[in-house]
Order: sequence, then C-alpha cells, then structure tokens
Amino acid sequence: MNIRKIFLNVCIFLMLSTSAVFAKTQIEWWHAFGGRLGELLDEQVQKFNASQNDYEVVHTRKGNYSETLNAGIAAFRAKQQPHLLMVFEVGTATMMAAKGAIKPVYEVMAESGLSFNADAYIPPVKGYYTTTDGKMLSLPYNSSTPVLWVNRDLMKKAGLNPDMSLATWSDVGMALDKAKSSGTSCGLTTAWQSWIHLENFSAYHNVPFASKANGFAGLDTSLSFNSALHVKHLEMMGNWAKDGKFFYAGRRNEGGANFRAGECMFFTESSAGYAGIKKEAKFDFEIRPLPYHAGTKAPQNTIIGGSSLWVMTGHSADEYKGVAAFINFLSGTDIQSKWHQDTGYLPITIAASEKTAADGFYNANPGTDIAGKQMMAKAPTENSKGLRLGSFDQIRGIIDEELEAIWTGSKSAQVAMDSAVKRGDALLRRFEKANK
Amino acid sequence: MEKKVFFRGWFLPILLLSPQLIISIIFFFYPAGQAISNSLYLPDPFGLSSEFVGLENFLFLFNDSYYLSSFVTTIFFSTSVSVLSMGLGLYFALLADRIFKGAGVYKTLLIWPYAVAPAVAGVLWMFLFSSRIGVVSWYLGLLGYDWNHALNSEEAMGLVVLASTWGRISYNFLFFLAGLQAIPKSIIEAAAIDGASFWKRFRTIVFPLLSPITFFLLVVNIVYAFFETFGVIHTITSGGPEQSTTTLVYKVYSDGFVGQDLGSSAAQSVILLVVVGLLTIIQFKYIERKVHY
Amino acid sequence: MIERNKKGYFMSHLGLIIGIIFIFFPVWLTFVASTVTQEDIIQPPFPLLPGPHFFENYSYALFEGTPEGYGKNIPVIKLLINSAIMALGITIGKIIISLLSAFAIVYFRFPGRKFFFWLIFITLMLPVEVRIVPTYEIAAKLNLLNSYAGLIFPLIASATATFLFRQFFMTIPNEMVEAARMDGAKPMKFFIDILIPISRTNIAALFVILFIYGWNQYLWPLLMTTDPNMNTIVMGINQMIPGGDDFGHWPTIMATSILAMLPPVLIIITMQRFFVKGLLESEK
Repeated sequence: MNIRKIFLNVCIFLMLSTSAVFAKTQIEWWHAFGGRLGELLDEQVQKFNASQNDYEVVHTRKGNYSETLNAGIAAFRAKQQPHLLMVFEVGTATMMAAKGAIKPVYEVMAESGLSFNADAYIPPVKGYYTTTDGKMLSLPYNSSTPVLWVNRDLMKKAGLNPDMSLATWSDVGMALDKAKSSGTSCGLTTAWQSWIHLENFSAYHNVPFASKANGFAGLDTSLSFNSALHVKHLEMMGNWAKDGKFFYAGRRNEGGANFRAGECMFFTESSAGYAGIKKEAKFDFEIRPLPYHAGTKAPQNTIIGGSSLWVMTGHSADEYKGVAAFINFLSGTDIQSKWHQDTGYLPITIAASEKTAADGFYNANPGTDIAGKQMMAKAPTENSKGLRLGSFDQIRGIIDEELEAIWTGSKSAQVAMDSAVKRGDALLRRFEKANK
Repeated sequence: MEKKVFFRGWFLPILLLSPQLIISIIFFFYPAGQAISNSLYLPDPFGLSSEFVGLENFLFLFNDSYYLSSFVTTIFFSTSVSVLSMGLGLYFALLADRIFKGAGVYKTLLIWPYAVAPAVAGVLWMFLFSSRIGVVSWYLGLLGYDWNHALNSEEAMGLVVLASTWGRISYNFLFFLAGLQAIPKSIIEAAAIDGASFWKRFRTIVFPLLSPITFFLLVVNIVYAFFETFGVIHTITSGGPEQSTTTLVYKVYSDGFVGQDLGSSAAQSVILLVVVGLLTIIQFKYIERKVHY
Repeated sequence: MIERNKKGYFMSHLGLIIGIIFIFFPVWLTFVASTVTQEDIIQPPFPLLPGPHFFENYSYALFEGTPEGYGKNIPVIKLLINSAIMALGITIGKIIISLLSAFAIVYFRFPGRKFFFWLIFITLMLPVEVRIVPTYEIAAKLNLLNSYAGLIFPLIASATATFLFRQFFMTIPNEMVEAARMDGAKPMKFFIDILIPISRTNIAALFVILFIYGWNQYLWPLLMTTDPNMNTIVMGINQMIPGGDDFGHWPTIMATSILAMLPPVLIIITMQRFFVKGLLESEK
C-alpha cells in the first residue's frame, strides 16, 4: 500500500513538474493592425509560436496607432502593461522620455545572451530609433516612405500620356489642369497629409521641420515649418483644393478608399499602400517617386513612417528572454523579405533587401523598389534623419486642423502655418517641462 | 419640515450610512480632491514624474483660443439642444393634450426614445448621414448637395444637435404634458366662453402657467447637454472637425486620455466643477421655490 | 379640448403622427440595415424595406461577432450580458444603499446628522465626467479595471437616489412611526415591515430610471475596459465603427445597435406608469 501511494505521488509530482516545464511563457503584444496587415502579422506570430515550445506570443489589436499608444500608456499607469507595444514613429520622443517605462532593445538583447547585430539593420530605418551613439531603443517593425501612386487609366481618359514626367510639382500641376478640364472629379488626393506634405516635404527639400536637428539634439526645439518654401507648397495645394483638383478625404488614410475605387488620378501615400491597392484596384496603377519643387535642394531623401516595437518594463527575466527570441525571429531574413514583398513596407535588414532583389521581386513588380531608393539615395542631413518631437501626435492633430482650414479656404497658408507653429511650440514647451 | 418622531441611538444610523459614505469617499470625494490637486501639476503621461506648476495649467487654458471656443461651443450646443427639444416637446404635448382618444398610445410612442443611450442615438444618426453610405446624404447628393460632416463644421454641429435633440424630446414632452394636464380645465373653459381662441388662450393663460416647468426644464436640459451628450459627440464627430464640436466635457476627455496632457485635463475638470456647481445651485434654489408653489 | 371641430382634431393627429415618424425614422432604417447584406448597404440606393437576413445577421452577431476581415469582435451576447450585469448592479446597489442612508438620515437623531446630509448632498453636484481622470486612477490602484465591480461602484457614488428617498420619507405621516414605536418595534423592523412596502412604487419607479441610466453609461465603461471581453454593448458599438481606412460590417453594427436599445426600451414600455411617475417625481 505504502509503495503504491509513494509511486502514485511521485508520478503526479513528475506530471505536474513537467507540465510546468512545458507551460509556455506568454508574451503580450499590443498593436494597431487590422485587415490585411493584421492577417499578415498574425501569420508571423503563429509561425513563431509553432517554431518553438518555450514562448507564446499573444497579440491584440488595440485600435489605430494613437489608440494603441494611449492604451499602452494607460495600461502602464494601471500596472497592466504588455511586453511589446507597437508605437508609431511620432511617438518615439514620448517613449524615449519615459525611461522608467521602457526597456531598450539593446539591453533586452544583451541580457538575453542571444546574438544581436545592430549593423544588420538599414541605416535610415535604424537611425530613427537609435540613440545618438547607435544603441537601438526599439525594433523597427514596419517602415515606409511616401510615394506617388498613379492611376494610368484615368490619365489616359484625361488625354494625358501616362508615361509623362511627374518628377516636379509643376509637372503634376499641368497634369491636374488637363484632367480638370476634361472632367476628372478627383485629380489628386492624399493620405497622412502632415506626414507627407510637411514632415517628408521638409526632409526631401532639405529644410528644417524643427530646430535642434528636428529635435534630435534637445528638448528645447521649436517648430519651423512656416517658412516661405512650406507656405508656397501649401498655397499651391490650397489653390488646387479651391479649383477642385485636389480632393481632401481625411486626415489618415481615408483617401485610400477613393483611390482604390478608381476615383482619383494621383494619390500621395505610403509605399505600404501596396498591399491594399494591389488587392482592390481594378485599374492599371503605377508607383512614381514623390514629386518635388524644382530649383530647391530637393531631392534629398524622404523619411520613414510606420512603427516600431517597444519593450515595456515590469516583467520577469524569463519573459524578456522570450521577447528577445521573438525580436530575433522578426529580424530574420526570410520573415523580413516576405513581409516586404507582401506589404510594401521596407525590409529592415540589409540582408532581407538583398534577398528580395535576388529573388527577382523588383523585376516582377516594377516600382516597388522606388521607396527604398528614395530613402537611401543620399546620406541623410540633419534635416532628413527624421523627427524626434514630444507630444507629436497632438501636434499632428494641430497641423491637421490648420491644414483643413487651408483646404476649406478659411485661412491662408501663411496664417494657418504660423498658427500651427505657435500652438505646437506651446505643447513642446509643456513636454519639455514635464520631462525635465 | 422636521420629523418630530425618531429612533434613538447613533450606532445603527452610522452603520446604515456607512455603505454610502464609504463608496462616496472612495469614488467621489477622493477623486474630486485629486482633480483639484492634480490641476497644479504637470505630470508626464506615464505617471513617472510630475512637476509642480501652480496655476500655470489654468493660465495655459485661458490663453488657449481652442479652450475658450469650447466654452462657446458648449453654450451654443446646450442652448440649441435645449430650445429645440423643449420646443418640440411642448408642441407634441399641446397636441396630445388636445385629443382625448389615442393620447395614451401617442404617449407611449413618443416616450421610448428616452431609453436610447445618447451614444446609440449618435450611431443611428451618423449612419443616416455618413458621407459614403448614408441614406440622407445620398439623397442630398442627388439634389446636388455634398454632405460631409467630417469636413464641414456647421454640418457636424447640426448633426450632433439633431441627434441629441431627437433623444431628448420625450423627456420634455412628458413634463410639459404633465404640466398641461395639471392646469384646471375650468380656467380654460372660462376663457373659451369669453371668446378667446386657442392661441390667445395659450399666450395668456397656458404658457404663463407653464413657466415654472419651462424654467426648470431649461436648467435641467442645459446640464444634460453639458454632460450626457458625450456619447453623441464621441460617436459622430470625435469633437471635430477642427474641434468645432468639442464641448467642455469632451475636451477634458480628449486632452486627458487622448492627448495625455493630464495637467491641463485636471485644470479643465476643476473649471467644470465650478461651472456645474453654479448650475446646480441655481437648479436647487429654483426647486426650493417650486416647492412653495 | 374645447373646440370640438373636426379640423382641430385632424391637425392634432397629423402633427403627432409626423412627430412619431420623425422619432421612428432613424430606428426604422437601422432595423432595415440590420436585415440586409453588406453589399446592399455599400451600394446606394439604400433599401427602405427590411431584407430577408434577419435571423442570419442577428444570430451571427450575437454568437460570433463580426465576420472575418472586419476585425475580431466579441459575440454580442457577451456584451449584452456585461451590460445587464452592470445595469442591474448599479440599479440594485444604488437602491439598497440609498434606502439605508435615507432611512438613517430621516429617522434618527445622531451627532453629525446634518453634516452627513450635506456631505451626501454635495455628491449630487458633480457627475462622473468631471472627476473622470482621478476616478480612473483610483480604480486602477484598487485593481478594479476590467471588472464588474469597477464598472458598478464608481457609478453608485452619487447620492441622487438617497436624496429622492429622503424627500419621499419626509412625506410619510408621523403617525406610522408613532404607532411602530408604541408597539416597541425596533428600527430595522419598522424599516423592513413598514417603510419598504410603503415605498414600493417609488422603488419600482427608481428601478426603471436607474436601470436605463446604468445601461446607457458610455464614458466610464469606455475608459476602464481595455479588455474587449468586458465591453458593454453601448460602448462596444463604437469599437465596431470603422475609423479611417477600415471597413465596418454595417449589418452587424446596426443589429448590435438595435440589440443595445431593446432592453431599456422594453422596460420603459412595460413599466411605463412607473417610469413616468419616477421621472416626474424625481425632479421635484
């Protein structure tokens, strides 16, 4: 009897302890991807979970980029933060300033003992998310840059040669004139107006968006996007809006729906619109480099948009090991190469970009290499490394409001941008104070 | 009116009061106090540090044209909703009071919108006017008018006023109906015998007798429009475009939870506290008078 | 009405019918939308009569949430349950504690009585929206986020019902209490055997008003539920609505809206007399 009992207990003990060993450590990841991108993200996560037995990544969509960031912040305050948080690039300053809330990626990787080579990542993408001495704070996840999408069928219908040069804004202006006179209702539309027509505009034309190297050099930065060149560009677009050549659909990517439905001829938007456009557009479309103004320092290089993954504090060492494993997985060449080809987002590693070229992808899908070329054509200056401004989501909201005033004609471009600069600077000063 | 009869002892009443007190202290007094003290600080969004700034948050607000215009927006919005929903409520009450048969049926059919949450009312009206798929906006498009309340401030304000008014008519209807039915028939009949027409009777007798209710409803509706319409605004316009439908309460939420500027949000809460306090004092002062009628 | 002319009657009925059409119009179209397919809605013109997919759409929404590709949503039945728990919790909780508090304030003499009365009175002055951020902090500190307790407790903190019962108790004739005391009855016996039965209609009236108030809460549940499984139906609808580039599945959204309206509307209609009484008296 005794021996049986002992035997049974030992068996139970072994079962429980092995099941404890086999219980996977859960890693929570909050992100902003739904639709097709959400499906592809889920694919990555399932692949990782199936590839090993120690860790399980559980991902949740929290809304759009802003909502996801706010959810993460609120969760941190309630001590319920996830392990990984997807934060869009403009939240970088906010996350960097929150030293007690985030665990830098280079630290996570160093502590995990897994190998990690920061130089494997593409410089322009990496530069946004590293400290000035090159230490990586967050893992770039999806990075894109704006390009010009063209509906060739609509161009032909308007009597335009679809191969005509669209390199400068005056070229585009001429095309819009012709289209308008032949009855096209939507010549140009855009997505993410602040990102494309102010932030990237500044980088591409090598003029500052804000002082102190766009905020990289200090918290005491102030905005400077109300210069003559900026105002000239916005005046041009304001006039187009008045003439019905530029159709404003919304602040985020509302214009995407119009373009994909075949209503608009030109569309300035992220290169990552590729996934949606390829799936839905029933017309002949083409990717062109972003136009610039002739007679300026353009074309310099464009900056990235998109998001990176930040690791949050407050978790166990074992869980951080799992995070490190996942980071390594995501940086793998095959994963990155597939992600780039499926979505139009740039591959974050040099190896992935080389593999894509070697696979013949760019030959089979012309124009998909424009984004990469546009970003890496020249070495970045201090105006074109990116932005590091606090409260930037709110500042973008201010910029959007003022731009809308231009499109509806209620303010002139100069007045609107002066107002945006003033209001934005007030927020920058508050951010500086709160994070001293 | 003091109760002359009572039970003795103090242990039992304190015990009976304690659930209410404990909950109120934890979830009312402490947070209200925190709101006041938070308004003097500028915390970072993560709650890791905060800097004492005294009255600077308030100064920032009073210099912010968008904050000042949210006052105007709130007043405009509240007054429009109150006047419209009271006007329509009175109109339907007058009609329902006139007829004998079917008044009960009409009453039932008119009061159920009270049960609809403002947020849901917002969804319903947003769906009707959605610029891509809305029924009303499509028919307007056929008539040549391009409705897009995401870009046009007047349309946005019109839509939130419409959705809020729609939900509020029942409330006012009920009160006006009760008020009308409380007017003694003899007075009306006497005036009719004297030859006064319906509108003359309304102007000289009915409306003046309704004035206590009218005033009361005005105050209550304004307070309602201040707070309970958050759901309408959040679902339809999120305070836009260009913050043209951002009321004071919406701004507390949007600056605090979306903008992560907790110092400003706390200061706004304090200002709202004062405003609501004043409104409630007016309301209760008025009710005290009403009791003596 | 005095003048019994046909025209007067006709115009009155007409006016009321127009009013009813205005009231029903959005709900009717919402209902129609919940019975057709997504394609019918996206391609105008929009149908004005209900379609054949009533059972399909509603049962899908209730038990499976939103279809694939439109976001992972929670089965609406879970949202309904959450709302019901929250609304009933608020209603019952508030009624119980306010009966107790009003009883204590009206029927007892004890030191600090006036003070407690004013303390309670002050809570009428500030709706939850004014103290929303610190209330969120407290709920977070007490670990009440994403819980039913967190949904319920902060919303019963104000003493509106206490005040109402106090007003009502003040109108009860003294003789009743006298009789009870003469019989040597203890206070709690008086409370349970006499006071509560007398207050039956008031309790029922308040039940209706508070249930609707609780069910329709929006801002507070929006803030303190970060786990979609704890969403209530009124705020959950907002999460289904597409923002920016997303696509919403409109039949599901509209079906959920109808379901969100149903319980409070049913309560108002079946308990109409109590509702009206509660509304009119609660504002005196």
